[in-house]
Amino acid sequence: MADIKIGAYVCKGCGLGERLNTAQLMTVAQREGKAQVVREHEFLCNGAGVAMIRQDIEKEGVNHVVIAACSRRAKTDAFGFEGVAISRVNLREGVIWVQPDTDEVKEITQEMAADYVRMGCAESARMNIPQINPGHGNNKRILVVGGGISGMTSAVEAAKAGYEVLLVEKTAALGGWLAKLHRRVPFHEPYADPIETGMPALLKRIESDKRITVYLNSVVSRTSGAPGQFSIDISKESGGTTTENVGAIIMASGFEPYDVKKLPELGGGKSPDVVDQAGLEQLARAANGAPIRRPSDGREIKSVVFVQCAGQRDETGKNLPYCSGHCCNTSIKQAMYFKDSNPDVDAVVVYTDLRTPGNGEDFYRSAQRKGVIFTKGKVSEVVPGAELQVKFKDLILNDDAVAKADLVVLATGMVANSGVDIDAAGGTPNVEGQDQAAAGDGKVVSILNLTYRQGKDLPMLRYGFNDSHFICFPYETRRTGIYSCGPVRRPMDIVQATEDATGAALKAIQAAENAALGRAAHPRSGDLSFPAFRREGCTQCKRCTVECPFGAIDEDEQRYPLFNESRCRRCGTCMGACPVRVISFENYSVDTVGYQVKAVDVPDQFSEKPRILVLACENDAYPALDMAAMNRIQYSAFARVVPVRCLGSVNTIWINDALTAGYDGVLLMGCQKGENYQCHFVKGSEMAHYRMSKIDDTLKGMSLEVERVRTCEVAITDIQRAPKIINEMAETIQKIGLSPMKF
Amino acid sequence: MSERNNAMVEKYRNDFLKEVEANVEEGPWVKMCMQCGVCSGSCPFGPYWEHPPQEIFMMIRAGKRDEVLKSESMWMCTSCYNCIVRCPRELPITHIMHGLANYAHRLGIAPKMNPTRRFAKLFWQNIMKGGRVNELKLSVGLYFMDGFANGVKKGLAMLPVGIGMFKTGRLNPLGLLGGGKCKGAGDIHKMVKKAQEIENRRKGFAS
Repeated sequence: MADIKIGAYVCKGCGLGERLNTAQLMTVAQREGKAQVVREHEFLCNGAGVAMIRQDIEKEGVNHVVIAACSRRAKTDAFGFEGVAISRVNLREGVIWVQPDTDEVKEITQEMAADYVRMGCAESARMNIPQINPGHGNNKRILVVGGGISGMTSAVEAAKAGYEVLLVEKTAALGGWLAKLHRRVPFHEPYADPIETGMPALLKRIESDKRITVYLNSVVSRTSGAPGQFSIDISKESGGTTTENVGAIIMASGFEPYDVKKLPELGGGKSPDVVDQAGLEQLARAANGAPIRRPSDGREIKSVVFVQCAGQRDETGKNLPYCSGHCCNTSIKQAMYFKDSNPDVDAVVVYTDLRTPGNGEDFYRSAQRKGVIFTKGKVSEVVPGAELQVKFKDLILNDDAVAKADLVVLATGMVANSGVDIDAAGGTPNVEGQDQAAAGDGKVVSILNLTYRQGKDLPMLRYGFNDSHFICFPYETRRTGIYSCGPVRRPMDIVQATEDATGAALKAIQAAENAALGRAAHPRSGDLSFPAFRREGCTQCKRCTVECPFGAIDEDEQRYPLFNESRCRRCGTCMGACPVRVISFENYSVDTVGYQVKAVDVPDQFSEKPRILVLACENDAYPALDMAAMNRIQYSAFARVVPVRCLGSVNTIWINDALTAGYDGVLLMGCQKGENYQCHFVKGSEMAHYRMSKIDDTLKGMSLEVERVRTCEVAITDIQRAPKIINEMAETIQKIGLSPMKF
Repeated sequence: MSERNNAMVEKYRNDFLKEVEANVEEGPWVKMCMQCGVCSGSCPFGPYWEHPPQEIFMMIRAGKRDEVLKSESMWMCTSCYNCIVRCPRELPITHIMHGLANYAHRLGIAPKMNPTRRFAKLFWQNIMKGGRVNELKLSVGLYFMDGFANGVKKGLAMLPVGIGMFKTGRLNPLGLLGGGKCKGAGDIHKMVKKAQEIENRRKGFAS
């Protein structure tokens, strides 16, 4: 914008007036920061202070506001002026709360504050006012892929909230695995007996809901677009394709049971009287309350052994390495099928660790009361025969034992129907400890058939389950506007899947609503800025399209990046990746940070006043430093902290610029990366660490010590540690001496 | 006595858990054990049990009848109640241990020379005689449990304690000559006899 008019406002409240020379700060803003309007106020965030700024915006034409007061995380409501670019200068949490109130440090405290004012003005001068993404869509229909309990629940919940739903199911009927159950594990008091599945009522609910359109025998054969404007092809098995537009997608494609044939040592596939849990449900449904009969000879079953963790929690790498969570409760329920119809049936559950989530402990007790025998042991072999022999090691008595049974039920695990593994080489499945097609017919079918550059399906995290941060941001996937729920996300039982589906429905609604307003989805929810690139400068290196954690960037016919703004989460990982620095956001760019770095006053080599640039992730590290300030934990007055959207957005040019400008150290503070990542943008921190692993060569090229740049993982709870890291850097610099690069 | 044992083996075949549920005090609780092992870990004598309570419960479910009933383990219980207090499933473990010991004793297959069992027998005889415990006779009886020579030895070893107790009026040597009976000891005998009849009838011991 050509006619930038910066207004700088210095607050004197919260002790700022007593601790700092605000008149000098105003002079800095005016002379160095080029602010046309400069004012101070005793209490900037109160009604009068805010009114003063508002008046300048309206009467004086101030369109860039620099507020030198508290952290950008505080008083966001008071300083939330619309239609102007806002920069926050953190004098309270960033300066006076982290420096002692003594005369000796008064000078460097003032220098710190002055630098932050310079940085704020420099940032403001390079910012633009975010314009709403012009290409946003406003479709608010929800597509649910998968008609099991998860998908059905999502559909009902979204419809209840007033949204139109398309429910796509590949088989001929809704209901999924739940519809195949005889009874389900109780989810309400008294947790004593198996209860009705409730499926007929749910089916009726969906049939009678005008907002829900059901597509049976159908799959999603193409998904393109972005939140608010997805275009979907729904193909019928019998042929024929319908194209629909939706605003958000819920993927509830569920699971397949692990194939028992992969467990021949446990009799899987070797005897008809060895079944998995789904097989037993079938037998129980056939019996319908009467005594359950054997598949082989139709004889009434007098003894049954349940083998827990069959092909699960396998450390040998042959079968599933994980626990599927529901199977203990399921076996307890199934043992009750036998005990309830005939208490004289011997029902034995052989387990290594019995885990009963929810209120399963009561259910477990109820089964014990009914006389189900629970034996802690590890089954080594099931010998087929007219009478099956279950050989196991009794783990309490440390004894080899044999249990004889008419029927053996193997508690096999859940294998996610998560589609193709887009990260595997050549698109072939490659999942730790198992081949992903385990339960299916050998070939992996894509669920969503995304036309995205990064692949057809959602990325996976582990074991073939969709990547979805299970604690901080469940349902969030790495494809904006697409939410996964149910056992495709992680193994879970019906109750958990129902909750999951409800959560995913709400996230999908939120995404569609945000998209319709041209705003970003989680975690920069409400952000109106979006990335743009300077086409003439682009070298088509494809780093941005490859590194975008959310697959938001495709390529056009001429192989230039094609930004799908509505898919973007505004992390800036593309901006950090771009070697020619042509990608920027209106209010966050290589320049907005770069000029802040350059605005800092770097004293000469003999001043003994080093400068440490801290690039801190705004999600975790920056709040941690703010909280440290609230606790008055002090850190070096030589640090200059710049919040960044994600460490992934850090362009190495900033570090180069800082070092050539004479900074003595650079600290990058991002979130935990890797498998248990805490990065809000999933891969941002990882990308930053990867990029920074190559900085050593740059440093050596500049004849600088490698210790001057450090990348570290900081959690939001690291309130003590984050200031300590800064102080360590200050000590390191004291040890190795100031940078020789100062002018 | 072993006839009784044979009768029970015949009656319950190989379902020892059912036998325990029907005949052992608090036996129906055995199936509720969830094998956490807190009882075994809490027992002050834990390391000295051949089969700590957790294992006993598992053995019952596994049908190891002889190993359980002929075991010395449950005789180790000193009724400190640590296990009962701590059991997350609220099993009355102490009572079950005593119940098992008592059941084994009544079947006549409890270990003959188990000191706890022998003491319990002495105690019972002692208390049943006068309706109240004659402490002097009980201790002297214990000393001479393993023969005359042993008794003299133990008695001499305990002599200083005895003299001390006598001096402070805590021990009446005349107790050895009898006396100390409670009033109406005969009535107590009748009550106990009746109670035993009821118990035998209930547990199926025709005596």
